[in-house]
Amino acid sequence: MTTSPRSLAVLADNPWLRFAARRLGQLLISVLVLVTASFLIIHLVPGDPVRAALGIDAPQSLVAARRHALGLDDPIWLQYAHYLKNLVTGQMGTSITSGLPVSEVIGQRLPATLELAVYSFIVSVGLALPIGLGMAVLTRNGRRRAAELSFTSAGVVLAAIPGFLLAVGLVYVFSVQLGWTPVAEEAGFTSFVLPVLAMALGSAAVLARILRLEVLGAMQADYVRTARAKRLPSWRIYLVHVLPNALTATLTICGLLLAALIAGTVLVENVFAWPGLGATIVASILSKDYPVVQGIVLVYGIGVLLINLAVDVALALLDPRSTIRES
Amino acid sequence: MRRMKRVLRTPLGISASVLLGVVLVLAVFAPVLWGDKASAIDTSAILQGPSSAHWLGTNNLGQDVFYRVLVATRLSVELALVATAIGVAAGLVLGAAPLVLGARLGRLVTAAVNIAVAFPALLLALFFAVIFGVGARGALLAIGFATAPTFARLTRTLVAGVAGLDYIAAARVAGVSRIRLLTRHVLPNIGETLVVNATIAAGSALLSFAGLSFLGLGVQAPAYDWGQLLSDGLDGIYIHPAAALAPGVAVVVAGLAFNLFGEALALGLGVPELAGGSVARAARAGRRAPAGAPLAAAAEENSNPLLGTDRADSVLVVRDLRVSFPGGVHPVRGVSFTVGRGEAVGVVGESGSGKSLTALAVARLLEDPAQVSAGRLALLGQDLTRDPGKRVRRQFLGTSLGMVFQDPMTSFNPVKRVGVQLAEVIREHKGVSRRDAAARAVERLHAVRIPAPHRRYRQFPHELSGGMRQRAMIGMAVMGSPALVIADEPTTALDVTVQRQVLRLLKSIQAADDVALLFISHDITVVGQVCDRVLVMYAGRIVENLPAADLRTHARHPYTRALLAAVPSMHTDRELPLAIVPGRPADPANLPAGCAFASRCPLADAKCASADPVLQADDAGREVACWHADRVPLAAVADTEVPVVISHE
Amino acid sequence: MSELRLENITVRFGSRRTGLTAVDAVDLTVPSGHVVGLVGESGSGKSTLARAAVGLTPLTGGQVLLNGQPVTQSRTARRGRRPLQMVFQDPYSSLDPRMTAGDSIAEAIPRGTLRGAAKRAETARLIELVGLPGGAIDAYPARLSGGQRQRVALARALAGQPDVIIADEITSALDVSTQGAVLNVVRGLQRQLRLSMLFISHNLAVVRYVADIVAVMYHGRIVECGQADEVLANPRHSYTRKLLSAIPEPGTTLDATTDLADLPDEDLDQE
Repeated sequence: MTTSPRSLAVLADNPWLRFAARRLGQLLISVLVLVTASFLIIHLVPGDPVRAALGIDAPQSLVAARRHALGLDDPIWLQYAHYLKNLVTGQMGTSITSGLPVSEVIGQRLPATLELAVYSFIVSVGLALPIGLGMAVLTRNGRRRAAELSFTSAGVVLAAIPGFLLAVGLVYVFSVQLGWTPVAEEAGFTSFVLPVLAMALGSAAVLARILRLEVLGAMQADYVRTARAKRLPSWRIYLVHVLPNALTATLTICGLLLAALIAGTVLVENVFAWPGLGATIVASILSKDYPVVQGIVLVYGIGVLLINLAVDVALALLDPRSTIRES
Repeated sequence: MRRMKRVLRTPLGISASVLLGVVLVLAVFAPVLWGDKASAIDTSAILQGPSSAHWLGTNNLGQDVFYRVLVATRLSVELALVATAIGVAAGLVLGAAPLVLGARLGRLVTAAVNIAVAFPALLLALFFAVIFGVGARGALLAIGFATAPTFARLTRTLVAGVAGLDYIAAARVAGVSRIRLLTRHVLPNIGETLVVNATIAAGSALLSFAGLSFLGLGVQAPAYDWGQLLSDGLDGIYIHPAAALAPGVAVVVAGLAFNLFGEALALGLGVPELAGGSVARAARAGRRAPAGAPLAAAAEENSNPLLGTDRADSVLVVRDLRVSFPGGVHPVRGVSFTVGRGEAVGVVGESGSGKSLTALAVARLLEDPAQVSAGRLALLGQDLTRDPGKRVRRQFLGTSLGMVFQDPMTSFNPVKRVGVQLAEVIREHKGVSRRDAAARAVERLHAVRIPAPHRRYRQFPHELSGGMRQRAMIGMAVMGSPALVIADEPTTALDVTVQRQVLRLLKSIQAADDVALLFISHDITVVGQVCDRVLVMYAGRIVENLPAADLRTHARHPYTRALLAAVPSMHTDRELPLAIVPGRPADPANLPAGCAFASRCPLADAKCASADPVLQADDAGREVACWHADRVPLAAVADTEVPVVISHE
Repeated sequence: MSELRLENITVRFGSRRTGLTAVDAVDLTVPSGHVVGLVGESGSGKSTLARAAVGLTPLTGGQVLLNGQPVTQSRTARRGRRPLQMVFQDPYSSLDPRMTAGDSIAEAIPRGTLRGAAKRAETARLIELVGLPGGAIDAYPARLSGGQRQRVALARALAGQPDVIIADEITSALDVSTQGAVLNVVRGLQRQLRLSMLFISHNLAVVRYVADIVAVMYHGRIVECGQADEVLANPRHSYTRKLLSAIPEPGTTLDATTDLADLPDEDLDQE
């Protein structure tokens, strides 16, 4: 069956398809930029990367062999082409120091990081949503000023403490002083508690504060005044009119938060000796094992881009004006 | 400068400045004072716990941890500040580049920045750290360039916000050069926001640096910053927690100092809040009055016998309505009027007259911090001064009172379909089933002459044109067959051709369904056309109350006459200057003793300046509040007459 | 002082297929020393036409002629005076909040023509010309009312010694009681200086008061143009008639009907 020009034109007019096409196009470009940046790592580093990784004492023959194995003798555009081709087939090169395929290294370590990030996100949202919404309802129009002040102050302080510092503090309080949870061992559920808490508390504080502000802002909107003029019961005003409109901005923040959580894993994993990508990338940077660094940068980057895509799609589904606004 | 001092005087400003001051002073002086103590190695005192000699104990070289933490302030703060400077400078260049580079290249730069912004700063910093190398210098460049995209995006947003403003356009038309435009107009107006964000970015840079050093990618031994100390101390946290906690606390405190100072600046300079509000916002809210008491009954002041008792067919009775805000702002100061059944009453006033607040107060839609009081406020005989929270009261108001607001675009919920928003009214208050409510909504949409009502029922508000939205709003207001519809500037946002249709619709609904109308507007001509009776408001008071038919012939208040004369019509004499009213509308926060219109009135004398005129009725029931009402000649205010007031300001 | 001719002006936004034609082949002439009132409702394209005429919006087609010569708004022609000036609608964004009224006006004086004391004297003269007190020179916009700000904007436009002034809805954002002051100043100055002016407004009564010639714009096109008295007394285009009939007449009441079916449907082209 051939596609006639007319049916193509119909397809082109469908706003959803146009939106999908545009988003995918943007995604592709971003991925390309990411891949190119990751590729360039090994070439932007001053000096010979292989020599730097293997050390001054390593024999020249070994260095030459590794260089050849990594394809570093080819002209740069050829290397780029090979890089792209390999990526498409899932090959990300070989570690300079260990000789293992990078994809294998990543495959071993990725699940731990993913679990940490995802659980932290779930806990963050699970804490922030009810607290933020509840605080907004309780403190609207300047009520309960004391509660508002303590909530905001606590939020500011919590948000100002980066995850890894909170982790150190939690380790001190719970492990050192109270001797509760095991540290530096991945042994089932209890080992998740401290790291997840360390990462989730700060994010939850930020999200709760923003959610409260968004809800308060939505409550000032003209359409809420209309809803009040219609004398609808409070619960309906909040659920049907306020919340859906407060969600759009909150969703964007959630996306940013998840991305930030992924970045946060790098630090927190180091506090807990967590067997994830964070520890690996730091070790690789220090040992100048660039192929591994490239691979992990790619993985983090793709993760962030996918999150942004998910947020955009969710926004488009939620807000009936969005697809039309785009065009 | 003046504003800076104001910043520092708030509690937030003071605490933030003190904190930041301490940090900066330590940064400068600590190495000078305690540098030696901090690096003194004492192999006999390795890894000791806190003692009187070493407050926080010692590290594995016997060095005093306490002094090391203090001395590390300089390096940590320095690096953070330099990294921020790099980020802000690079961001400014990238953000302003599209202005200077032209369309094509500019779009490329913008696209690159947009892609970079999608990634969290720490990941970008890691990426750059790899390239620039491990160590303080590499980390500096890394964090600097990781901060740049956010600032580039911020600069672009700010510049775009300012560049669209008319004074930039005017400068361009006047021939001002691009450079001067940037330096003289754009930068000063965005500078404050940039400074605030830079301060907060410094706090973040501090934290990022601590993170990188902690990982071993930042400052390398023997130099030490807080992150480095933290990394050292962490290994021994079980035996020797102070060595790990102290640098951590220092990082948090310093980061907080920068953040709070930035937020205090934002508050004081009046810069729009950054995402995430703050202590600042809560502190500002704290200056508002405490939660208002329920509607208070005030003593009746109205002396007019004709209006003293409720008429049997009154739909709305308002006596001595007052609205005030904390801080001595009195936008509504004793308004009394009645709306009879099926009657259209118009309220006319300019900005500051209090007409909209009157409408909202009558509809019981004003909340804290507004304080509303009235001698009597009754709808269909029911006293509205009692707490409307009860379900019965809500139901009564929901079915007896309909509201039409000025801007139909924002007054409809943008994410809900139009039909649902109409149906809500009777589903909630009359327990009507979904089917029946939908049918009634469609019928109402048809009644307001919206074509294809079934299709419109399912559409979203933004899919309707402006005029159609306002009609739908009117349809929504009459869903429950109310006795009174309050319309607050319903046609102000509409084109004149659409306005006419909407006004005719309102009148027809009034006539067909016997609905009373309270019509608020600044346009005296429209009010004269639509309403049976006109109330003229000035500075929170009703200054005149007369039938619309008598507007041109029997208006006695100087303000009313001035308003009538000042509006150009299709018959205004083109050879004469237009009538104006000198001076500015009254400011509800600064009302004078005596008549509020006195400063602008040609008839004002000493009595007017000292005593506020009371609303007095003549035999025909027309009320006016003016000491000299009888002195104004009752000639008709025709468009060809010499206006009452002619002058330049 | 000079004749402004807008010849076949077209302004399009967006791509060829999905874009919007805001102004569609408009021909409009402002004869020297006359005021042309341009009337239209929202979406008619009148503001876009004005912005295109002064070079703020790029022209897709046509040209702007001053005394028969094309007006060059390019950067090379920046030195020297700009013969075409504009006053904008919003009094709150038309002045830089960080510059005093005097500075805003002085900035518009063509570069290199005046310096120092002479510049200040000229600024003072312009302030007085628009009917503001001398002290306004050093006032920041925050201290001035809407009407006063519009007059400062007018003085700024005059500082450029223009041949033609375009006034885009300059009184629409003002209270009725202050609108007259600005209109009086505009009218007085136009007659005194024999300015050519394009006066844009959605308010026909105001346009009638100010203009000699009236042009009606609808959906990007000029549908009627002629002497003000003639157009307003004997409108030829249906849209002009519709516009005229919609104006609220003081002293009349709106004819209402109890039968809602008598009301006209919402115009289909409003969708």
